[in-house]
Amino acid sequence: MYNFDVVTPKTVADAVAALGEEDAQALGGGQTLIPTLKQRLASPSKLVSLTGIDEIKGIRTDESGTLCIGGGTTHGTIAGEGSAYPALAALAGNIGDPAVRNRGTIGGSLANNDPSACYPAAVLASGATIVTNTREIAADDYFQGMFTTALEEAEIITEVRFPVPEKAYYQKFEQPASRFSLVGVFVAKYADGVRVAVTGASNDGVFRWTEAETALSSNFSADALDGLAASADDMIADMHGSAAYRAHLIGVLTKRAVAAAG
Amino acid sequence: MPKDHGIGASSKRREDVRFLTGTGNYTDDINARGQAYVHFLRSDVAHGRITNIDTTAASEMPGVVRIFTGADFEGIGSIPCGWQVTDRFGEVMHEPPHPVLAQGKVRHVGDPIAAIVADTLAEARDAAEAIELDIEELPAVVNMKDALKDDAPKVHDDLPGNLCYDWGFVEENREAVDKAIKEAAHVTTLELVNNRLIANPMEPRVALGEYNRANDESTLYTTSQNPHVIRLLMGAFVLGIPEHKLRVVAPDVGGGFGTKIFHYAEEAFCTFAARQLARPVKWTSTRSEAFMSDAHGRDHVTKIELALDKDNNFVALRTDTLANMGAYLSTFAPSVPTWLHGTLMAGNYKTPLIYVNVKAVFTNTVPVDAYRGAGRPEATYQLERVVDKAARELGVDPIALRRQNFITEFPYQTPVAVEYDTGDYPATMDKLEEIADIAGFAARRKESEAKGRLRGLGVNCYIEACGIAPSNLVGQLGARAGLYESATVRVNATGSISVMTGSHSHGQGHETAFPQVVAEMLGIPEDQIDIVHGDTARVPMGMGTYGSRSLAVGGSAMVRATEKIINKAKKIASHLMEASEADIELKDGQFTVAGTDKSVAWGDVTLAAYVPHNYPLEDIEPGLEETAFYDPSNFTYPSGAYACEVELDPETGRVTIERFSAADDFGNIINPMIVSGQVHGGIAQGVGQALMEGCVYDENGQLLSASYMDYAMPRADDVPFYSVDHSCVTPCTHNPLGVKGCGEAGAIGSPPAVINAVVDAMQSGGHDVTHIDMPASPSRVWAAMNG
Repeated sequence: MYNFDVVTPKTVADAVAALGEEDAQALGGGQTLIPTLKQRLASPSKLVSLTGIDEIKGIRTDESGTLCIGGGTTHGTIAGEGSAYPALAALAGNIGDPAVRNRGTIGGSLANNDPSACYPAAVLASGATIVTNTREIAADDYFQGMFTTALEEAEIITEVRFPVPEKAYYQKFEQPASRFSLVGVFVAKYADGVRVAVTGASNDGVFRWTEAETALSSNFSADALDGLAASADDMIADMHGSAAYRAHLIGVLTKRAVAAAG
Repeated sequence: MPKDHGIGASSKRREDVRFLTGTGNYTDDINARGQAYVHFLRSDVAHGRITNIDTTAASEMPGVVRIFTGADFEGIGSIPCGWQVTDRFGEVMHEPPHPVLAQGKVRHVGDPIAAIVADTLAEARDAAEAIELDIEELPAVVNMKDALKDDAPKVHDDLPGNLCYDWGFVEENREAVDKAIKEAAHVTTLELVNNRLIANPMEPRVALGEYNRANDESTLYTTSQNPHVIRLLMGAFVLGIPEHKLRVVAPDVGGGFGTKIFHYAEEAFCTFAARQLARPVKWTSTRSEAFMSDAHGRDHVTKIELALDKDNNFVALRTDTLANMGAYLSTFAPSVPTWLHGTLMAGNYKTPLIYVNVKAVFTNTVPVDAYRGAGRPEATYQLERVVDKAARELGVDPIALRRQNFITEFPYQTPVAVEYDTGDYPATMDKLEEIADIAGFAARRKESEAKGRLRGLGVNCYIEACGIAPSNLVGQLGARAGLYESATVRVNATGSISVMTGSHSHGQGHETAFPQVVAEMLGIPEDQIDIVHGDTARVPMGMGTYGSRSLAVGGSAMVRATEKIINKAKKIASHLMEASEADIELKDGQFTVAGTDKSVAWGDVTLAAYVPHNYPLEDIEPGLEETAFYDPSNFTYPSGAYACEVELDPETGRVTIERFSAADDFGNIINPMIVSGQVHGGIAQGVGQALMEGCVYDENGQLLSASYMDYAMPRADDVPFYSVDHSCVTPCTHNPLGVKGCGEAGAIGSPPAVINAVVDAMQSGGHDVTHIDMPASPSRVWAAMNG
């Protein structure tokens, strides 16, 4: 690490103010940023820890039944207290290990938008809304490619609002080393249709598999996916799997997710 | 009733109390007053010429004590190699220099270029970034076949073709083997890769050098499996410090697996710099550094041919192997693909004709050396894979084919130099069939298939040469060291005992198992005996721990020293009881005179030795301390049979291990619990190699699997509950304990079982796949099944 200062503001307003300084960097649970700093791959002058801001922590259900999760809520809390949305709670409970889940936050994960992270699949498949200190961003507008989001400088995710689906399931296939998703598919069935989001697979980050959505919206069963194949174009190819393998897994995992969603 | 103490008891590992309560004393726990820290600036290219290195500005950075470069090591020795292989034409191998810090060229990613010593580590790292360094990048060579081409980039400028040696074994058999293969009724051929591995001990390497100006003594604390070997190599060959002025301490060491045998540049640097600066210098490897500076393991590419007669008897075996040495020769690297590999190609079988060819190749990669099993896993894997393939080609049961070809008479002189003293291969196979419930496999396969999974069964045998090694023999084979072991048994006045052993424990449990032996011999409680190891100032010259040698060689030295103790103690007892020495018996810590009720306790005799008021001073010296050096007359030959059952998800290619059974013959067993633990750990490493672990370089020599994000280590939930048995015992015939060694068996015996099972599973699903290279990761398995 290089030397840096740390501040731990108590309010979003103070955090935003602190982030206005040159080379200041927001710090969520630190599960990506701290290893990056250790490798001297980043050199912020100041870390603005968001861990002291109580107003962005916790889980509530609003009057319309939407599950609202504070951006500073840890995976562990979501796994334990997110039972209103079981598929989401299960997803959170399968991220990393207990140490990771007790530090890492949903806001941190979404702001980072790692192409193999799990939450982006849930957010996109749920048509969730990303709430920041300045605005509300629809999931379809939020994810803009690998490690790229709609967030502006000094914009902090304060809450993520998930419409709770009738049925949903997240099927993750782990990369053997990191146990991030080699491919992860989140399927969510709402009254007005089915959404399918895929993480881990694409060079463009999380995306919706619209052909599967169409098929499943008319017939929510694994059989409805017969004959459908995801394109291998723009899939990630690395030592853990070719583009064709990842494309193949999308089909397999989507079927399994639908079957498991019931 | 199982024994509760002494030989054969599952005594609890006493060292675990400190390991599990955080009171272990690892090298990084040791801090010297006023110590400085070193950070190594390492090459980020695989091959290049250093055209400029200017440390002027960096040297002015805050906290910097001094910056060293290769120029500071001119006139200092090269990191030595401990084994010289003679090739099949009678020429000695090529042995290019291995400087402590790069001189002129860098040859692999991670090659150290400069060493920045500063008051703090952060200051050292800051200064490293201020060094002006220009490297003219050269084309790198990573693939061994490419490296052997005439126009390949030269890792070492004066070594065209990058060939270290071309070894034939047994060269005299070459033509006879060729002829037998040509004329055989059936020949099974297999080309395979033994994947490159990174050892990843839990504790990264650490070195702390100290220098005492008052007496001109240097001390190196280091994470080593063999401190005396480091003292010899570093003192005599690199730094020119005589043994009496150099102490090497390897305190608690958190796993070695072979990669902590070798003498590394960082050790020499810290010792050298401490002398230059008259200040302690410490280096603690980061995990990232470990990936690119710890010697890697395996990395063989082999073609093997097994010839059988019309009755399915093995008649000849021929192998061609390329073995990766990396950029420099690590300490024992040349011996691994040759004498630790070729000598094992007979396996458990009476194949009469064998020829092994190995070409050792330099590449722009981290040096490769011994890793748990070292050569023997490579031999076992190719042999047991080709036997399995032959059984499938011939349509015969793989177990039956093995049984038919088993060696059954001992001693057995193999055609590859070694003589097996003892063994019973049908017995371990019988035991395996029982504990693995081979008969129930068909039913379990049906259950898996009902769930949409394929199920495979893989069986293999193994033999290894352990208890390394007879010094006169290995000397003829090119070893530049003896491979005896030492022990001093120091009996104190009140009867307690310290055993100083040249063996080194880095997880094996010597502190528990060794006292069991001495306690058994003397009939006193185990807790009266402590083991001292890992310090050249406290222990006689010893060769350390690797090659499953500690009990077979180090334990034998301890037995010999204890026998001397008993002999002397009986003399003292005979004097105290005024009886003939020949009539003295020792049992349960009491000396008695045969046929009488006279007795004297162990503690009375030991006290008399140190308070010799009533003592035969005219015949024997006071004191009770004896040393023995033991040099084995042969290797030991642990053997066994392993079975693995996998489930394979045909849609994803993911393989899970459902059952794993191991029937081993380790000879006599001192502590069954520790033996089981060694087998468990070995299998986990073998499973890791077979399914998960793979070191990957790109074509430019960049290490792609450079962290745990991409290098897949096995975890607890990747392995099943094992069924292990070591009740088949044919004691070693040539060491006093009849022990063979158990440390490497699991890692040697398990990879072929796993891959045989994966191939069986794929074939059961109708896939015409005869081989898959390790690691059999999901994507590879899926690709194999889908063309």
